[in-house]
Amino acid sequence: MASLKDMRNRIASVKATRKITKAMQMVAAAKLRRAQEAAQAARPYAERMDAVLSGVAGRITDKTSGSPLLIGTGKDQVHLLIVMTAERGLCGGFNSNIARLARQDAMRLIGQGKTVKIMTVGRKGADNLRRDLGKNIVERIELAGIKQLGFSNAEGIANKVLAMFEAGEFDVATLYFSEFKSVILQKPTALQLIPAKIPEVDSSAPKGAMAVQEYEPSEEEVLGFLLTRNVSTQVFRGLLENAASEQGARMSAMDNATRNAGDMINKLTIKYNRLRQANITKELIEIISGAEAL
Amino acid sequence: MAATFKFELVSPERVLLSVDAEQAIVPGADGEFTMLPGHAPVIATLRPGVLDVSAQGSKKRLFVKSGFAEVDPARLTVLADKAFDLDDMTPSMLAAELKTAEAELVGAKDDEARMIADTLVSELKRLSSRAA
Repeated sequence: MASLKDMRNRIASVKATRKITKAMQMVAAAKLRRAQEAAQAARPYAERMDAVLSGVAGRITDKTSGSPLLIGTGKDQVHLLIVMTAERGLCGGFNSNIARLARQDAMRLIGQGKTVKIMTVGRKGADNLRRDLGKNIVERIELAGIKQLGFSNAEGIANKVLAMFEAGEFDVATLYFSEFKSVILQKPTALQLIPAKIPEVDSSAPKGAMAVQEYEPSEEEVLGFLLTRNVSTQVFRGLLENAASEQGARMSAMDNATRNAGDMINKLTIKYNRLRQANITKELIEIISGAEAL
Repeated sequence: MAATFKFELVSPERVLLSVDAEQAIVPGADGEFTMLPGHAPVIATLRPGVLDVSAQGSKKRLFVKSGFAEVDPARLTVLADKAFDLDDMTPSMLAAELKTAEAELVGAKDDEARMIADTLVSELKRLSSRAA
């Protein structure tokens, strides 16, 4: 049976834990707001990019002669999975959810006899996948120490991917990240990066203005430029969504932890009080029975 | 009042500028072109250079580092990888930009990257010599 002192220490330690989780929750909430703002601010660029790209790609009628970034290499033997996760843990199922989705896909592809290569962005994803798929990891990128994600970070990753593609190291690239739906809901998502999935042209949009369009220097060059740029834009989008999701996941995980610590403190306090009363009663009985014996 | 069009300068990180402009001179890859309201629709890639925007009597000079411009009669959207307002730039900031650009030129792998970096370096040199 624990002594009163042990119980007091126990309660004090849970209270200290609750303070830490509470602080982490508030930090995550502040970071989440910033991450959301960053994601919001990046949206206009991505939207214009999508619109222009679908406009240009929709006009390319000859589907066989286009850039390999758009139509692929004609094979799908070697797959590159780019798995984006957080640098740090303590954010609920965030990292393991992404890793699980990537692992399932990797196993399925391996089962079909395809070659799978994995590029991890963020330390946690590499840690998570190392056991089962360690030999498939070809590249590990860590973004630790970066306070504010910039487009240059995304460009660095995209350039690596493009260099690998040009060297013929893979046929299909898929991006794994967590889509930010809301603070309590983040959805692990797989997005095909190469060959590019062109968003469908919105048929309800007014066609008249866009119908006659000139391109400088030429349609092919503009499309080529857009396609390479699109890779970094998508990577950037993934990074930002991931950053917001991570903070959201951490916030709700820490909220849960704080609540659990509170419950635990209540239970322990009740137990402590019972024990204290029992001790007092016991002492009283001892005194009374001692007095009666005289 | 002169006719205007909507000018937007967007970087991947955020919208940098959104104004009603009367005129804009855009450094296109095939040469500079002036955009006035009612311009024919064009999609053009950009080379590093200065973008001149005249809006509501004031002139803005913006430096853009590659990207593309989407033009239609009532709107000009410039999607730039990197852009900054020249009025906000100090000579030391220009020098720092020039230094990174020169490093890029040395590290450029193919002709195209070298050409872009080269244009960037010469543009920045021109600007910093003028600012000095």
